Amino acid sequence: MKILVCVTSVPDTITKITLTDNNTKLNKAGVQFITGPYDDYALSRAVELKEQLGGTVTVLNVGESDAEPVIRKCLAIGADDAIRVNAEPTDAYFVAEQIAAIAKENGYDLILMGRESIDYNGGQVHGIVGEMLGIPSISPVMKLAIAGTTAQITREIEGGHEELEAGLPLVLGCQEPIAEWKIPNMRGIMSARTKPLKVVEPTGKDTLTQISNYELPPARGACKMIPASEAETLIKLLRTEAKVL
Amino acid sequence: MSVLIFAELDEGALKKSSLEAIYYGSKVAELTGSSATAIVLGEGNADELAKAGRFGATKVLHASDPKLNEGNAMAYASVVAEAAHQEGADIIVLAKSSLGDSMAARLAGKLKAGLAANVIELPDLSNGFRVKRSIFTGKAFAFTALTADTKILAIKKNTLTPEETDAVATVEAFKPTLNEADFAVKVTNVEKATGDILLPEADLVVSAGRGLKGPENWGIVEDLAKALHAATACSKPVSDLDWRPHHEHVGQTGIKISPNLYIACGISGAIQHLAGVNSSKVIVVINKDSDAPFFKSADYGIVGDVFDVLPRLTKAVKEL
Repeated sequence: MKILVCVTSVPDTITKITLTDNNTKLNKAGVQFITGPYDDYALSRAVELKEQLGGTVTVLNVGESDAEPVIRKCLAIGADDAIRVNAEPTDAYFVAEQIAAIAKENGYDLILMGRESIDYNGGQVHGIVGEMLGIPSISPVMKLAIAGTTAQITREIEGGHEELEAGLPLVLGCQEPIAEWKIPNMRGIMSARTKPLKVVEPTGKDTLTQISNYELPPARGACKMIPASEAETLIKLLRTEAKVL
Repeated sequence: MSVLIFAELDEGALKKSSLEAIYYGSKVAELTGSSATAIVLGEGNADELAKAGRFGATKVLHASDPKLNEGNAMAYASVVAEAAHQEGADIIVLAKSSLGDSMAARLAGKLKAGLAANVIELPDLSNGFRVKRSIFTGKAFAFTALTADTKILAIKKNTLTPEETDAVATVEAFKPTLNEADFAVKVTNVEKATGDILLPEADLVVSAGRGLKGPENWGIVEDLAKALHAATACSKPVSDLDWRPHHEHVGQTGIKISPNLYIACGISGAIQHLAGVNSSKVIVVINKDSDAPFFKSADYGIVGDVFDVLPRLTKAVKEL
């Protein structure tokens, strides 16, 4: 089983977003970058599958050199090697092109990634990669089991889930509870330092979207407090004042 | 030039979010001086198709092949791509949903289209084609220029308030070429709560957290939701503890919602939770801890015991 796991380096979920350069840039000062939480689930499942079925796990990141701590952490968790495409991941189509090019070159049975990156929330890359490779893509995947060349998949849908069956190769966008997050141990951290990390330059430069500037949501007005003893008043206010009932 | 709207059927009815997308698409057509065509896939009755006209579509393409009854992202993307070619559509609009998202991504790959997800306003055409979209799960917005010839806009719930008219759309049968390879993924089983209001579609949401102390206490949450015709939701710890199913988890790593009203019961309001719900129009927080950070992001607050307050609210709703 040859598995490619695509990971993003994104601001920690607890980050309060601030802007800089006249609102044209996100302020990275003091921001802790982490592996995308959904990507972490994908990686953990990939490592489990490798332990179960044998094979290799390659981590791929499209990003600049500041993403390397995240890549090393993925190697410490159990990936065998890593590729970084040296480019700023500004556009889903561009990122998908990079992934598809590497997948065509090396051939993988499974291409896993998070259902979406938690910065831009596009959730498109797996679908575009699937289209570029002419293979199925499925997202968001909550469970994944492999038997031979067939995958059994549980996908979340509104109000429930569906069970799917598909032949490999596949591109999957993953989410919880596909696996328990793995935490790197000391041996993993030591060995990650010497695992191969190849840096390649991007192919193509098709960006189809371009961000000009950012805005932060307006603050909500003051919270109107209602004493618990008069809780029923809330319902009246929601109807007459807020007009949502 | 025209606008094509992907409208989804759920159990034979056009989804509410799709009606919003049709209305949005008709407004984009007005702005660009073109026309709005909706495409509906799978078997559906004439009354449902007529709805598309009342929400702004001038034409409805109906691909009624029963093979398309099951929401299949790959096959749907091929059909929508074929319809876009036929109509000369350069703008494709859809509502975000589990099927719509997967379909749109494949479609973007097929058409080499620029896709903007979580769009929250009509596009700005004053200088190119620019949309405002929600990023960082609602913690910020990005103004994004779409520079490809074909543009796909996946809109977030409550982007516009649709107005229904008595306009009538022409309905045309659409017979796409179905490609066997698009049916490579087999659905073996579907488990879906029936009759419930789907969380991403809901206008009103009652949500609860660890303050409820255990899954056996969810009755009071469900009672209030039922009285309000609201959907139920929960915080991440509650879904992690398996008190509630994962598809009810709202927050940064769960479902992102933007209803008219969000009532949070016994949820303290971690930044990751707020991210998933902060685009709700009105937020009510009920928590016994007056220091709960959620009160700072709420419109209405009650410091009190959920076990006392919720049944009283349910009673008050029933007496309205």
